[in-house]
Amino acid sequence: MAMLREPGLYDYSPMSERPKITWPNGARVAFWVAPNIEFYELDPPLNPGRRAWPKPHPDVVPHSHRDYGNRAGFWRMMEVMAKYGVRGSVSLNVAMCQHHPEIIEACSALDWEFFSHGVYNTRYTYTMTEAQERAMMEDVIKTIKDCTGQDTDGWLAPALSYTTNTFELLTEYGVKYTCDLFHDDQPQPVNTKSGKLISVPYSLEMNDTVVLSMMGKSSRHYTEILKANFDQLYEEGAENSQVMCIPLHPFLIGQPHRIGNFAEVLEYITGHDKVWVTTGREIAAHYYEHHYDNVVAALTANRGS
Amino acid sequence: MSLPEDYLQYPKRGHGMDHDRYTWSMLKDRPKVTWPNGARVALWVVTQLQWFPLDMKPAVPVPAAMARPYPDYWNYTLRDYGNRVGVYRIFKVLDKLGIRSSVAINSALAEMYPYLMQQIVARDWEVIANGLDMGHPHHGDMDSGEEAALIKGVLETLRGMSGQKVRGWLSPIRSESMNTPDLVAAEGIEYLCDWANDDMPYPFETASGSIHNMPHTMELDDQQILIALRHTEQEYVDQLKDQFDCLYAESVNSGGRIMAINLNPWVTGQAYRIKKLEEALSYITGHDGVWSATGGEILDAFKGQG
Repeated sequence: MAMLREPGLYDYSPMSERPKITWPNGARVAFWVAPNIEFYELDPPLNPGRRAWPKPHPDVVPHSHRDYGNRAGFWRMMEVMAKYGVRGSVSLNVAMCQHHPEIIEACSALDWEFFSHGVYNTRYTYTMTEAQERAMMEDVIKTIKDCTGQDTDGWLAPALSYTTNTFELLTEYGVKYTCDLFHDDQPQPVNTKSGKLISVPYSLEMNDTVVLSMMGKSSRHYTEILKANFDQLYEEGAENSQVMCIPLHPFLIGQPHRIGNFAEVLEYITGHDKVWVTTGREIAAHYYEHHYDNVVAALTANRGS
Repeated sequence: MSLPEDYLQYPKRGHGMDHDRYTWSMLKDRPKVTWPNGARVALWVVTQLQWFPLDMKPAVPVPAAMARPYPDYWNYTLRDYGNRVGVYRIFKVLDKLGIRSSVAINSALAEMYPYLMQQIVARDWEVIANGLDMGHPHHGDMDSGEEAALIKGVLETLRGMSGQKVRGWLSPIRSESMNTPDLVAAEGIEYLCDWANDDMPYPFETASGSIHNMPHTMELDDQQILIALRHTEQEYVDQLKDQFDCLYAESVNSGGRIMAINLNPWVTGQAYRIKKLEEALSYITGHDGVWSATGGEILDAFKGQG
């Protein structure tokens, strides 16, 4: 199969030259928190695109570290979010509905959103045929509906693994927004052959796994990063409204030495008056209703010029 | 290359875990634990004494292993610094603060440097078996008979030299095969230190009955923070203090907690780091209601709750 040289999923649109967007009540920043509620299998089958664990199974350290999130970290994270009135938008491995429904019920009780993060975080989309990827998507959408009553409006591919069919298929299944593109601080239309899809900013730069594990920053340094990112977007949002997402993993943010620092971040951000504390679904809905047509028209005009 | 159809089948997709080693249980749902004398936090310091052989060829990658062309004196001697110099700084700090440590020790190191074992026993510290040496991590492709013999030999050595029962097991680099828990339990091990998925002990099932997994810390390991993640010494201290503050506060409503700290003497025993360790430990022991204990003592108190 020939590989593409660029994704072809969006048009170039410099931040300085694009239509202004607004949020409810004149908010400068739409702020959302996306906990990844995940299940990692101890002994998953091999996908030729990626090994689930570096060592022969059982790879006890990385596996048990992640399991910490469900046993201990989730509850700490949830309580801090509830304290500051932040509803989660859950990036869900839907097998959690079967393995740990107690966690799903706790999220539902707080009116959190669920969107798709595949079936397991140890089952990757790489090398799936179209029929297999459809079967996975149908499983996810049905499981979320049956378990929570919610429609799957959002998508973050399981462990960020894709095929080049992924976005076309999402539009067919009525998914409204993807979290898989990192090219912008505002929602953006995604170019698909049919249907409508937008990207909603879900930041890798703010992601606890990236900052704490991959970049190796300390918990207090992460706090400074999150506050500085918010301050800049809040300033820029006076000109053109912005989105800030904090993607989380309970096994990291829910550790005792981190949770107090995270509480400090939520207190800081929610203490500003021009912040819309919201969910991925609500950001997408507002954007479709108020901005999508206008932005697409501007992008189309640019293509003609 | 395409995926077999069974890649989309999930035979273990049901309530609880996808294996039978332990029961799914959320920390917040557990009965409250009470520590001796009403302590709020049990302080469990684990000191690791390890040997990284010059000719090591581990079957799976080992952090801090020999990494340069043979003979890698750089890495060999820096690791050995911990056993000659670093640990004696740690002894001084812990003695001063009245902290008794559990010592996870490779049996081959115990045989090489018997003076170390005398120091541990003289302090009435606990010995935890840490495998043969760092060149022999247990792993998923390991032959079960070979692993059983290895475990038997390690425990015979450590029990003989220490005169202790040796109740705890920490696999080198916490790496196990599917059989490790069964094999160590068959040799009388009562608790594992490998699984980093909880803040409290929990029952762990083996072919030789139920043992426990203890919350030996991976996140607050000095090697993880200072070497792998390259944090500053001050950030190390901050993380220990932040961890303690959270657990101390939680103990009011959730029952007794465990503050676990893992020390590698070649890391925190360096001259420029030892006072930072002392700062963090002094902060912790400066609070009322902190009970310094070994892993076995903490487990006994935990199991005594009924």
